[in-house]
Amino acid sequence: MTMREITYREAIREAMSIEMRKDTSVFLMGEDVGVFGGVWGVSEGMLGEFGAERVRDTPITEAAIIGAGLGAAMVGMRPIVEIMFGDFLMCAGDQIVNQVAKARFMSGGKANVPLVIRVTTGAPGSAAAQHSQSPESWFMNVPGIKIVCPATPADAKGLLLTALRGQDPVMFYEHKMLYGESGAVPEEDFTVPFGQAAVVREGSDVTVIAVGIMVKKALEAAEALAKEGISLEVIDPRTLVPLDRETLIRSVAKTGRVVIAHEAHERGGPGAEIAAVLASDAVEYLDGPVLRVAARNVPLPYSPVLENYVLPDAADIIKAVRSFWAQKGA
Amino acid sequence: MTQGKEFLLEIYRRMVLVREFELRAIEERRRGLIPGFIHSCVGQEASAVGACLALRKEDVITSTHRGHGHLLAKGGEPKYMMAELAAKAPGYCKGRGGSLHISDFDLGILGANGIVGGGFPAAAGAALAFQMRKEERVALCFFGDGAINEGTFHEAANLAGVWKLPVIFLLENNLYGEGTPQDQASPLEDLAIRASSYAFPGVSVDGNDPLAVYEATQEAVARARKGGGATLVECKTYRFRGHYEGDPQVYRKPGEMAEWMKKDPIPTFREKLLKDKTASENEVKAVEDGIRQVLDEAVAFATQAPVPQVEEALAGVYADTHNGLVF
Ligand SMILES: Cc1ncc(C[n+]2csc(CCOP(=O)(O)OP(=O)(O)O)c2C)c(N)n1
Repeated sequence: MTMREITYREAIREAMSIEMRKDTSVFLMGEDVGVFGGVWGVSEGMLGEFGAERVRDTPITEAAIIGAGLGAAMVGMRPIVEIMFGDFLMCAGDQIVNQVAKARFMSGGKANVPLVIRVTTGAPGSAAAQHSQSPESWFMNVPGIKIVCPATPADAKGLLLTALRGQDPVMFYEHKMLYGESGAVPEEDFTVPFGQAAVVREGSDVTVIAVGIMVKKALEAAEALAKEGISLEVIDPRTLVPLDRETLIRSVAKTGRVVIAHEAHERGGPGAEIAAVLASDAVEYLDGPVLRVAARNVPLPYSPVLENYVLPDAADIIKAVRSFWAQKGA
Repeated sequence: MTQGKEFLLEIYRRMVLVREFELRAIEERRRGLIPGFIHSCVGQEASAVGACLALRKEDVITSTHRGHGHLLAKGGEPKYMMAELAAKAPGYCKGRGGSLHISDFDLGILGANGIVGGGFPAAAGAALAFQMRKEERVALCFFGDGAINEGTFHEAANLAGVWKLPVIFLLENNLYGEGTPQDQASPLEDLAIRASSYAFPGVSVDGNDPLAVYEATQEAVARARKGGGATLVECKTYRFRGHYEGDPQVYRKPGEMAEWMKKDPIPTFREKLLKDKTASENEVKAVEDGIRQVLDEAVAFATQAPVPQVEEALAGVYADTHNGLVF
């Protein structure tokens, strides 16, 4: 495959464009995705290539955007809908939870719902409580939706192409602070399968299971700790539903210690599910507690001082990792 | 309707306050005092001021992401607002909220909102409380032409219609929702028509004329206080700056801005004050100088104020502790 450096944003655009060129049933709709090119610039230029029919600006109407996506999907289209901030998903709560997620099961398998909900996640900095949330786990408790959290440009492209070729609704979480990140991405059409975690960095002392932007922070932590002779293995689940339990367990079997890192709040976040999986299926390998590094359990504050305190970063991962030896020494 | 000089000067004072506050906030953001986004209401001062002047202190408003004008017009303190924008401890929300979330319950400001359409149901609910307690108070809900397409508008308007709630839906139609022109978001030109679906009156007025807004709101408020139910007041206006500061504004129609600049509410009203001989040039200048001083003080206050203590981050999620547990 021919690799070249592109951004996460460009990788997502490329995946959408590949599929829209191939398959006329694929179209994009959302608030300001057309003329504006998307508030995050993801669909910039796509209006010019595909026209206003297929790169469709909608009114401000999240319930109808997602619900219309469902309706179109059930009669054979493959809609991509964009929700500008994950925080706004709840404006369409019923459509997601009771309609989209249940359609296939309730219909005895008759409804086909190839709907991709592209949505942003994470704190972009001083955006406060209604524009900074990481809602990945909100829908983990709702069977019927697949949950994807790309951490790199290559995964963004490969996972989105898998989403676009599947038959099920997918919630595709794009981290706002990753849009500008560059990475090597194959030029060709390629897919990354769901349910296959990536071993992003091999190591032997502690497993860090990191979601979304925390993969980057975990790699920073690994780099720093390597200098002290502590070796981190960084695992990116890539999809939370389905979750690749095996890769997680295999890594923990090797290291015996685990830190789970995500930007979502700690209580009931993705880490709660992952910790429960490890507690039930990997307890014999664990040499210490399952630790979580996550946002504190308060709404995201506006003030940078408060926000930095609430959000997890590489230093928090390092602290958690060191605590394994502090406990032993004590 | 003829209005006294004091009232007319007060309109002017509040409009200048809103305009100058916005321009200062934009400036201070550029200089680094303000860390977060600002959605300024430059150009839309007349609707905020005209509407709030028709309210009493005990009436309540719900506001939006473009809310500075609403808050100031309802009596919000510039220095606590500026301190909040600067994320400082004495700010209206202790630095936790920022521009999108300012509230002052003593002044009946139930809050700006980061969620478009987030305020409709709460405005209806506040009006319901006033009705249940037989208080002569009203709730006024500010919102934009984009927000009217959210389901919450229709659900709240229907409640207001069927229960005859004392609520005023105050629509500031500035022709755009972010980058999407209003005529692409709704098949209607006059959005006030939507009131008829819920069997209450809807009127469209010149939103750049504070007196027109005031009179329409006044009528709606009087009706609401007497048990006559809700009104939709549509103010036709225009925003002079980007959706947010930094917005490239690729979506504007050519020539449109220049046309609207001719109808800038502040110079227009100023000229009217002078032409009608309501006030002299000196009196008008005195108002403007007074505002400049207020804002200098507000910026100085915000600059000198301390940032919040880090431990503050964990406080205030709940009111009650249980068994010693906070969260
Ligand atoms: C539920 C929700 N959807 C989308 C947004 C993003 N957004 C913020 S302001 C805005 C435009 C709102 O338009 P309008 O109601 O006309 O108010 P204006 O900005 O013109 O004052 C949008 C789409 C949001 N904050 N909340």
